[in-house]
Parts: sequence; structure tokens; C-alpha cells
Amino acid sequence: MKKSIILGALTIAGLSAVAASAGTLDDVKARGKLNCGVTTGLVGFAAPNASGEWEGFDVAVCRAVAAAVLGDATAVEFVPTTGKTRFTALSSGEIDMLARNTTWTMSRDTDLKFDFVGVNYYDGQGFMVPKALGVTSVKDLDGATVCIQTGTTTELNLADYFRKNNISYEPVPIETNAEGTQQYLAGACDTYTTDASGLASTRATFEAPNDHMLLPEIISKEPLGPLVRHGDNEWGDIVMWTLNALIAAEELGVTSANVNEMAAATDKPEVARLLGTEGDLGAMMGLDAEWAKRAIETQGNYGEIFAKNLGEETPIGLARGLNAQWTDGGLLYTPPFR
Amino acid sequence: MSTISDPPKGSFRLSMLLNDTRYRSMTLQVIAAIALALALAYLYSNLAANLRAFGLNISFAFLGNAAGYDINQTLIDYTSQSTNLRAAFVGIINTLLVAFLACVTATVLGVIAGVLRLSNNWLVRKLMSFYVEIFRNIPVLIWIIIIFTIMTVTLPGPNEFRGDNATSSMLFDLFAFTNRGVYIPGPYFTRGFGGGEGSALNWLMVLALLAGSFFGARFVTARASRIQEATGVRPGTLLPNLTIWFLPLIAFALVFGLHWDIPELKGFNFSGGIKIGAPLIALWLALSVYTGAFIAENVRAGIQAVSKGQTEAAAALGIRQGRIMSLVILPQALRVIIPPLISQYLNITKNSSLAILVGYADITATLGGITLNQTGRAIECVLLLMAFYLIISLTISAVMNVYNKSMKLKER
Repeated sequence: MKKSIILGALTIAGLSAVAASAGTLDDVKARGKLNCGVTTGLVGFAAPNASGEWEGFDVAVCRAVAAAVLGDATAVEFVPTTGKTRFTALSSGEIDMLARNTTWTMSRDTDLKFDFVGVNYYDGQGFMVPKALGVTSVKDLDGATVCIQTGTTTELNLADYFRKNNISYEPVPIETNAEGTQQYLAGACDTYTTDASGLASTRATFEAPNDHMLLPEIISKEPLGPLVRHGDNEWGDIVMWTLNALIAAEELGVTSANVNEMAAATDKPEVARLLGTEGDLGAMMGLDAEWAKRAIETQGNYGEIFAKNLGEETPIGLARGLNAQWTDGGLLYTPPFR
Repeated sequence: MSTISDPPKGSFRLSMLLNDTRYRSMTLQVIAAIALALALAYLYSNLAANLRAFGLNISFAFLGNAAGYDINQTLIDYTSQSTNLRAAFVGIINTLLVAFLACVTATVLGVIAGVLRLSNNWLVRKLMSFYVEIFRNIPVLIWIIIIFTIMTVTLPGPNEFRGDNATSSMLFDLFAFTNRGVYIPGPYFTRGFGGGEGSALNWLMVLALLAGSFFGARFVTARASRIQEATGVRPGTLLPNLTIWFLPLIAFALVFGLHWDIPELKGFNFSGGIKIGAPLIALWLALSVYTGAFIAENVRAGIQAVSKGQTEAAAALGIRQGRIMSLVILPQALRVIIPPLISQYLNITKNSSLAILVGYADITATLGGITLNQTGRAIECVLLLMAFYLIISLTISAVMNVYNKSMKLKER
């Protein structure tokens, strides 16, 4: 009796070892939950709302993937990560994907062994100052004290930009956005620098947002996007095409409101292929036919997600800018669904 | 007369390794050592195999590359174009600085609190036990955050010193307390050797002068003791000592033109003088008061370990109350105090790695934080960090052990 229990335990251990070494897709399906790495709290991108549910622009990507893979947009375990812990969390397998306004750089893609699956926000590094400081340009900031999140590309951009323009500064390294906000508001630093979208979202949480302004200079390119571990291409494809589906849906005019009637009757072949009424694009990735339909139905298309979390109607009030569809003069351009 | 004869000398047999008590323990130890070595070898090969599987290799080449980031407190020359290795050295120096400062203040604080805890005055005694119990029972992490937050929130920003109706002003027009740090006047020399500007050479000279004064003062004291033993009359040592300490310094300052660089508000920040950053202050104070509470308990234990008869005997010889403590009790108590004091110094050094919490650029923040992050070389950086803390701790331990030996009761 005793022996058989031990043998049974060994078998199960052996089986689970096999399961663990299979693809991320199977892991997620077996677990019934998607582990998604997000920020520790940046309103508009990822932050818990008043009732404790995570919401935001990056959160919507996680939920769309969960809806596509598991059929349930709420089956997501959100793992808050800091600028420093995010990559370790992903490479160790603690999270299945990272959607944490992370800049796509060559060394992260190659040296750190990750795959960026696309860009969900084209951003650039900006500076926020109190209006009372009387500064109108970054070049006026000679000798200023600058709050900067450590372990980010912005840290390196900052050093490069100030060196190039031959102005000095004193860095105040901070760990999280909340800490940066506290230091900035207490006046421990003259200016706070990070991605312009992050600054806008941080400013929206201030008591008096109008006392602060963003300086006109954008000193870097920051293409932010979700990423997965290098080497599991099946899983990378799923995250990539879920993001593409959201972007394509806006281009094709599919919204969360009309997705069901579009699926029932559409005269556009690409919409039919996207929503799974024609062809078997889902099956090619190991998903069912309605994967994209569920993602769009629960989260809305890219335009809806943007408007709901970051758009001009929200306190953050970001314009689409570079993040408009290519047909509207922006950079969003997905490969065709075919 | 001995009745014990030597045991019979048989030839050595292999079974004796286990059966003979003379060899058994040796055998077991050898087996244990081999098992340990095998376990370590397995762990290492496991690590190497897994790294290979992920396509990673262990390489320290990144240390020679440009770091690319700036550091806010650099005691040696450093720019964002310096190497990662230099950034690590900046961090090492910052770690050693805060550890040294905290060790000194914690010891002073601990000795005072420990002695006063045994005071005959009820209020003083209770106040000190209040200090000890409050500070050692709250994690040092919390103390660091509390002090840092209080500094940044309550102290004025440099902005508030500006303008004609500024809401804050400098203390005596010399010191500026801001939420970014404390600015104090910094000394500098206008003349160097050979007529040029003052340089680091001046400061080396000052150090040499101080060392000379130290030995001079010791000579004066030793001479006074000799005369006292011979004649019973101790010559006054105060005046010669003061002269030896201060005359050379004052002469040096006059010759080489010592001036004070007073901090003043320029642009966004104060410039000139010496800046003691808020993170350094928070870390220094928190480590001092926290560890000081532990040292106070060590000191109290050491004093109580000295028999009460010593106090009574000293009092019977007519020594004054205050001098009994410093001449009779503390020297004996030191033997009990020093060993646990070593571990407190080690704790301070290791706890200084909490610096990262307030953005103090110690070794954990530079090498183990930003460099690790920007290069992704986690294993290499952590190995280097471990080696650094190990070396520093072992060094402190070794130095303190030498001191401990010199203080130990010499038994002959």
C-alpha cells in the first residue's frame, strides 16, 4: 500500500515535470488562468480601481489574451512588477507575458532573451515640472534635481541627453511611480522624467494637475509593447495576433457593440476571417475559431480601449497622436488577417 | 613507577578506520567533506547546465563597458561614460562611508545609553530603557523610511529659500537644511605647494599633521605619567596637549590660506560647500539609532558582568564616582562588550544595503541594482556583491578580533 502511494506520487511528479516543460499555451490552459505582469500602479495603464479590479490600457491586453485563450477575460492573475523585477519575473516563468509599458530595445530582445510581440503604445520620454518653477524647456534645467525610475531606458536616455547638451543634473533614483510622485510633490526633485504618457497619467492623479506641465521636448523613442519569453514561438504568436486583432478591429470598424452582428453577417471577407466565420485562422495557432471575437467583445477594439483608459475624455487626456491608425496618419499598421 | 604499558602495536588494518576510535572520527570527517564537495559540484554543474540551456554564459566583460547612468553621490570622479566597474567602486566607497559613519555614531550612542541605563537616576534610567526598547523592536527598514519621509516632507525645498520674502532662511547664513540634504560650509585652501591652487596634497598634509600631533600628545602624557611615578606630582598636560594639537593646524591654515566655501542658492539647488544628501542622512541616522540600541544592551551586560566588589574597592580607595566607571569598570567590561560589538558592526555594514530604499547609491544600488538591470547580468552581479560583502565582513571581523585579543585578560 505504502509503496504504491510512493510510486503514484513519483508518476504524478514525472507527469507534471513533462507538463511544465510543454509550451506556455498548454500551461495556461491547464492552469485555467493567465499570469500577466503589469506595473505596480500607473493609472490608465494598469492600476486597481476602487473595487480592487485591475483596469487600464495594458490590463486590457492581458484580458484580451485571456479571453482569446481561455474564453474568460477575468481569468487573469495580475502580478505587479517594478522596473527591476519585471524581467526576472518573465524569464523565471512566474508570469506568462509582460504588459508593463516596457520599451522595445534591441538588447532586451536579443541579450535578455525576450520577444516583443508588437507595439501597443508609441511613446517618448518627457519631463514634468511645476509651473511655478518658470521653466519652459529641458535645456533650462541645468543643475536641476531629477527624479528617475531606476532600471529603465529613461535612466540611460536622461544621462545621454544631458551629456549631449552639456548640462548638469543630479539624479534621484526611485523605485516605483508612487515613490516618484511623492518625491516630486514634496519638492525633493525639480522635475520628474519618464514616458510622456506615464507623466500625463501621473499628473491626472494630482490634487491640482494644472499647477504642473509637461515640457515640449520628447527626448527619445519609446515603443511600448507586450513581451514574452524567447523560444516559445507558439505562445508569442498568440499574444502578437491578439494585439493585432484589436488593432485590426478598429481599422475594419469592428467594435464591442457590433461584433456579434458583424460575425453573423458581414460582406467584408477580412472581417469574416478575423471573427472566425470564414477560414480557420484560430486553429492555426491552436485556438478555436472565435478567439478574436471574444477578445474584441470583452475589451473593445484598440480605439475603444484607448478612449476608455487614456483618451481625451479621461482625466489623463492623451491625444491619439502617433497611436492613430495608419489610415489616419498614425503608426498603427497590422499585417493582414489572411 | 608507571604501571601503564603502551598498547600493543598491531599492524594497520583497513577495518580499523571504522572500528578503531582513533581513526573513526577522521574517517567520518573525510566522508562528510567528500559528500559536501560532491553536493557543491552538483549544484554548480546544475547551474552551468541550466544557463547553457537558456543560452546564457557567465562573463564579466560588461564591467569594462560604459555604465551609461549617472550617480548622485560620487566621492571619486565618475561620469555616465565611466565603466560599470568604476560605478561599482563608487558604490563600494559609498557603502564604506555610511557603514563607517554609522559604526562610530552607533558606538557613541550605545555606550552613552548603556551606561545611563544603569544610572541611579530613575528618570534617566527609564528614558534609556524606553529608547532601547523602542528602537530595537522596530525594523531598521521602517526607521530608514520614517526618517527619510520626515526629511523630505517637513524640511523646505531649496525654492523656499529664494526671493526677498523667502519662507525659509539659512541657519547663521552658513547651514542650509533642505529636503534634498544638508549643506554645510566646506573648507578649502587657496594656496597649494609650489604656489598653485590648493589640492588634495594639502589634505594629506593635514592628515600627516594630525598623526604627528597624536603621537606628540601621547609622548606628553607618557612623560607626565613617568614623572608622576617618580616624584608623585603629575605635571599639567592640558596646555602642552592643546598646543600640540592646535598650533600646527592653525599655522598650516594661515600659511596655505584656509577659506570656507559657504553654500549659496544658485539656480535650482544650493551650490558650494559640502552637501550631505538626504538619503545618506536617513540611512546614517537610522542605522545609528537602531544598532545603538543593541550596543547599549551589550554595554549594560558588560558592565553588569563586572563584579560589584570592583566598584566598592575603587570607592574604598577614594576614586571619584565618575572616574570609577572610566578607569575601573569600563576597561574590564570591554572584554565582555567587544565580541558582540563585532557582530553589531557586521550588522551595520550588511544593513547598509537597505540604502536602495531611499535611493542612496551604495554597492547594492549601483552594481546590484542599476548595472544588473541595464546589462541583465544578474548572476555575475550577485556573485560580485556576495564576494564584496563577504570580504568586507571578514575584514571587519579580523580587525576587531585583533583588538579583542589585545584587550583580553592576559593569563600567564
